[in-house]
Amino acid sequence: MSDRPVKSIIKWIGMLTVLLGCLVGCEDGEKVTELQGAGATFPYPLYSKMFDEYHQEFGPRINYQSIGSGGGIRQLKNQTVDFGATDAFMSDQALQKSDNDILHIPVCLGAVVLSYHLPGVSQLKLSPSVLADIFLGTITHWNHSRIQDINPDVSLPELRIVSVHRSDGSGTTFIFTDYLSKVSPSWLSKVGRGKSINWPDGLGGKGNAGVAGIVQQTPGAIGYIGHIYAEQNKMPLASIRNKSGHYILPSLESVSQAANTTIPDDTRASITDTSAKFGYPISGFTWILSYKEQKFNSRSIEQAKATKMLLKWMIGDGQRFVGPLLYAPLSEPVAKQAQAIIESMTYSGEAISI
Amino acid sequence: MSNGSRPILFVELKERLFKKLLLVSGLLAIGLLLGIFFTLLMESMLSIRETGVSFLYQSIWDPVRETFGAWPFLLGTMITSVLALIISVPFSFALSLFLGEYLKEGAFRSVFNGMLDLLAGIPSIIYGFWGLFVLVPMVRDFENSIGVLAHGVGIFSSSIVLALMIIPYSASISREVISLVPQDLKEAALSLGATPWEVIQKVILPYAKSGMFAGVLMSFGRAISETMAVTMLIGNSNKIPTSLFSPANTLASVIANEFAEASEALYLSSLVELALILFFVTAIFSLLGRYIIKKWMPVQ
Repeated sequence: MSDRPVKSIIKWIGMLTVLLGCLVGCEDGEKVTELQGAGATFPYPLYSKMFDEYHQEFGPRINYQSIGSGGGIRQLKNQTVDFGATDAFMSDQALQKSDNDILHIPVCLGAVVLSYHLPGVSQLKLSPSVLADIFLGTITHWNHSRIQDINPDVSLPELRIVSVHRSDGSGTTFIFTDYLSKVSPSWLSKVGRGKSINWPDGLGGKGNAGVAGIVQQTPGAIGYIGHIYAEQNKMPLASIRNKSGHYILPSLESVSQAANTTIPDDTRASITDTSAKFGYPISGFTWILSYKEQKFNSRSIEQAKATKMLLKWMIGDGQRFVGPLLYAPLSEPVAKQAQAIIESMTYSGEAISI
Repeated sequence: MSNGSRPILFVELKERLFKKLLLVSGLLAIGLLLGIFFTLLMESMLSIRETGVSFLYQSIWDPVRETFGAWPFLLGTMITSVLALIISVPFSFALSLFLGEYLKEGAFRSVFNGMLDLLAGIPSIIYGFWGLFVLVPMVRDFENSIGVLAHGVGIFSSSIVLALMIIPYSASISREVISLVPQDLKEAALSLGATPWEVIQKVILPYAKSGMFAGVLMSFGRAISETMAVTMLIGNSNKIPTSLFSPANTLASVIANEFAEASEALYLSSLVELALILFFVTAIFSLLGRYIIKKWMPVQ
């Protein structure tokens, strides 16, 4: 009686072994069923839509964790993911530290908009220097002559300005401070650009929702927010004077226009304050990061192929999901550059054919 | 099965295994604590070597120029937590006396107790949202009426919400301790002609004070390490606060805010060092609490 359970246990173990063996065997097979990615939160709504559609159309499931650009870069460096994603391109210094070349593949553009809360004011124009001085804390009231001068038809209230920024590290902050650093020498020398910076003035809110919450509640507040978020919440947006002197309201059209300029071959470029005539000046690319040499951490050729296929789809066919989610699609020349970057991927030093 | 010795062997084996299991889980807890400590220490080594002790008193936190000082956050953490404690203690003591001494039975009591426990279980993000959308506008009006710069968010708002969050903790512990005061003692006092207030003052408080203090300390620990609600309400300014209404920042909220996007080695290491400081601050208060509880323990 007592040896019956033992027998059945042995039987179970045997079955489990066969099953596991089969599963492991399946992994080695032709089809890759899952890819891992991690990184930026800013394009997450787009990526989750894209990856869902890709899974339905082609099969592979893409598991994307939106843990932030910094986390994405760390995970790529630890080689625990197939690709990373970032809103701020990596510096030359950071790239040199990696033995395996890291490629930046642009997927779309996103704008950073300025939203305000001024009772009785429905349109607002801002020039770059005024914007910088507001966030530096040197212009403190809305009826300041420098703001009034560029908004002659608006009666601005005598309210204290409360500038609102992101308290969490974010690509949105990078794009915004990159812009301010380009247009204001005193911003560049006192503060600089980064995903988290030492803010000279104002309040911090966590995430787009936190900033939007403070702006919507506080009379006299102005804050920078991701375009999609502001648009979805129907917040009033300021038009910004671009390099060629036009005041531009953010829209998909004006954001795409901003990238109509020469971009370096590796696409690591900031497109804030470009000379595009009708381009909105505060926007940036968001990138997928991948290793040039795809054979790392004992990855198979199939995984490399699957990664390449996915990336090609994202900058090609997948672009049809970009607009509806209020990101701006890649312009033709940039898409071509991205294509060339993807083609430069190798496996064991040889081009990957799919 | 027929010889009878087997079941005893089995029972002994079971007992021994059970004991081992308990030992292992106990060791696991200690191992976990040590593991966390050493991980934090090792990961923050770079920052410790780079900035040394000045990390504690430097007041500039600038990731762009890689200057890191924790003083504003240390200050912000202590101010909000102490303020929350000051606000919460009268309420939680009153509540615990009421539940432990005055409302000792009846359906009402279980409703009250249930509510209190429920309050302790509300996720902090809900407190945060409530604070942001209900409390902050009220605080802003208040600030306007007394003529300070009206941000709404800041130390004052976050301390109030923190106080609300920790009241259930200290109140429920104090309630348990108060209901443990021996009935004979109270009856003896009453029979000597003591009023209910005198019973509380002369019998219950001396007997229960160490336990009540432990409750306060536990809630203080929670206030120090509370992250989400504070991050939403404190205004996240890295400057040294100048008044009760200024925006500030705490250790926990800086880590929550900046960790995800930090990629440079020194920056990351400095954030981990903030966590190490938080670890020490909580440990110090917990040890202090144990010491005081031991000293005040009533002689049985």
